[in-house]
Amino acid sequence: MGTLDSIRSNPEAVLFYSFFKTLVGQPVTVELKNDLAITGVLVSVDQFLNIKLDNIKVVDEERYPHMLAVKNCFIRGSVVRYVQLPAPSVDTALLQDAARRERQQPATGARK
Amino acid sequence: MSDQLRSLVDHPVFVYLTDGRTLVGQLMGYDQAANVILGKTHERIFSSTEGMKSVAIGVYVIRGETIALIGELDEELDDQADYDEMKVEPLDPVML
Repeated sequence: MGTLDSIRSNPEAVLFYSFFKTLVGQPVTVELKNDLAITGVLVSVDQFLNIKLDNIKVVDEERYPHMLAVKNCFIRGSVVRYVQLPAPSVDTALLQDAARRERQQPATGARK
Repeated sequence: MSDQLRSLVDHPVFVYLTDGRTLVGQLMGYDQAANVILGKTHERIFSSTEGMKSVAIGVYVIRGETIALIGELDEELDDQADYDEMKVEPLDPVML
């Protein structure tokens, strides 16, 4: 099954999915690989780190009026460069720790 | 994944492709890979010298790999927008 394969080869795949799930409801800014940045409320995320945002506002609206009639959107994970988060929402020490633990001991078990 | 697009089915949507093109149409279907069927598709062509042009291209099946973003088109806001006077560069392609 595609998901399990991606977890075995990349244990962090589930970690960041779980991490983003804790941020649902928070305002975030998603920066795409072509520099376009969109701010919105995080509605949902999936295993591919596709992101759904509500109440979106394109950063630098004057340059990008193309999307003024779009208020919520689905962004494909593969085009995301950064997701900017509100600092108080992130326990960086906890995240670092979890990432380190995932590396040493993948949650779904390493291939023998 | 399926839940994320399910709410947009049968709605007018704005599709932004990785080559920079912008399409609008009615979302008719999708799958796990975000491959999409778009009905009543119009390509919106922007230019910094002339207003936006809309070209009807019918029913499209779009491969998920080439989709950067799918937005729900708010028809009220879309009607209010003055696209004839919108003189902007087309959106940039996304380098993957």
